[in-house]
Amino acid sequence: MKQILQLISLIGLLLTILPPVFFFLGKISHSTQDLLMLLGAVVWFGSAVFWLGSRVKTKED
Amino acid sequence: MKISILSKKLDALYEFDREPVSKNALQGIGNFLGTYAGEHVAGTEFVIGMLFVAHGVSVTDMFVGGLIGNVLAVFSWAFITAPVAVKVRLSLYWQLKKICGSVLVFLYNIVNALMFCFLAGAMVAVSATAVGIPFNVAMPTLSDMYPSSVGWVVTVFGVGAVITTFAILGFEKLARFSKVAAPWMFFIFVAAAISSLPRLGVQTDLSNFWEVARTKIWTGTALPGQSQFTIWHVIFFTWFANAAMHLGMSDLTLFRYAKKWQYGFASAVGMFLGHYVAWISSGILYAAATSDAPGEVAYQAIGIAGALCVIVAGWTTANPTLYRAGLALQVASPGWSRWKVTLLAGLITTLAALFPALVMKLLDFVALYGLVLIPMGGVIFADFYLVKKFGLKDYYAERMKISFNWAAGLTWFILLAAALIMNRVVGTELYFLPLPAWILAVGLFVLLSKIYQKKVV
Repeated sequence: MKQILQLISLIGLLLTILPPVFFFLGKISHSTQDLLMLLGAVVWFGSAVFWLGSRVKTKED
Repeated sequence: MKISILSKKLDALYEFDREPVSKNALQGIGNFLGTYAGEHVAGTEFVIGMLFVAHGVSVTDMFVGGLIGNVLAVFSWAFITAPVAVKVRLSLYWQLKKICGSVLVFLYNIVNALMFCFLAGAMVAVSATAVGIPFNVAMPTLSDMYPSSVGWVVTVFGVGAVITTFAILGFEKLARFSKVAAPWMFFIFVAAAISSLPRLGVQTDLSNFWEVARTKIWTGTALPGQSQFTIWHVIFFTWFANAAMHLGMSDLTLFRYAKKWQYGFASAVGMFLGHYVAWISSGILYAAATSDAPGEVAYQAIGIAGALCVIVAGWTTANPTLYRAGLALQVASPGWSRWKVTLLAGLITTLAALFPALVMKLLDFVALYGLVLIPMGGVIFADFYLVKKFGLKDYYAERMKISFNWAAGLTWFILLAAALIMNRVVGTELYFLPLPAWILAVGLFVLLSKIYQKKVV
């Protein structure tokens, strides 16, 4: 299950980094880039929160 | 408040880490790599890269100066902070208390708390620049010092109220959310920079990138009203952007869990992702934008995801900062519960955030933050390495059961006064003061201890 979630998270990150590359290369429009990146954010947070959000040690100095 | 009560309250707050970290609690390198990567890709990065451009940093200054400054910062963690941490294995608080005594640590905590409030305030303001976009709020510009519109005031109060509420309700959950957000935020920084390249005229084969970088991004000429930066500014700012944590020894609290001192090099991940790639990225997207407000700048580059990143970055930086401020202030409050103290810290933070100067002068504030706390790092360093070599007693406050070690106190006060004079009278910029302050603190503490310990004994 964790591996599936990690794969989905990876797709989220790819949706974040690839659209600007395609926009830079002139393959997609700015609005398509914005939409895909928003989708990437939803996919990332929707999946990563289940495997990356484990307890962290807090610094209390 | 009586000293004994004050001391008990302070100790109660840090009770859980009173003893040196035991062997079975030590952590692997992965934990440190993750912590540094997460903590140093933050809301401040949006502003710092942008301000370097405004201050007329040149391409060489940015790329070479940034590289040198970051290497020096990593060396400071690896060769100064981590070796002390793995030998003593105590948090900053307990280490300082043994050397300085309860009252001086109390003063240090209060100063630290106020600094945290202002830093969190800057992040509330950064978030507000994104939250205000759909409401067409008039955004502050580089030269704005005071609240620029009623809309700005309302937005800042709204953001401040939400951030404070979440800090009261659950620090832990938001700390976990920060961990989730960090990798995405780094990708957003890089993505926004790539997306800004066509607007700057960079060709798809990148053949003219350096030409564009030199003429349109890091031009070497400061914007009107901004002071001119040189490579020395970039090196010293980058080195001391986290001065409180490395030479100031705040990260003793983190590295006491390290198996080896070499884990100090893990800071390189945070420095080179956050303080190099992210600063360069935010400089690129600022050069392509038509606004000075981070939220607007990111929105112009990549739409809602960019604005969302600014909100998240500001929020995730402000939340732990506000929590730590509340923790430090709790000692000074007359028996208040945690939520009341966090509310007070949130109010100070929100009021500070109303002033755009906090964001637009963030470089000065970050330098000041490091400068104010760095002498105490010098005191810890001297107490650990030098004091015994000069025939003096280390952990003097603990040994002599005193609440205020005047040698440490005077070292701090004299150096802050000297720094103030150097800045106000001589005109030395804040960025160049932390290094001499730290070196002088090491020497002055030994000298004053020589006089003071003779007097008390």
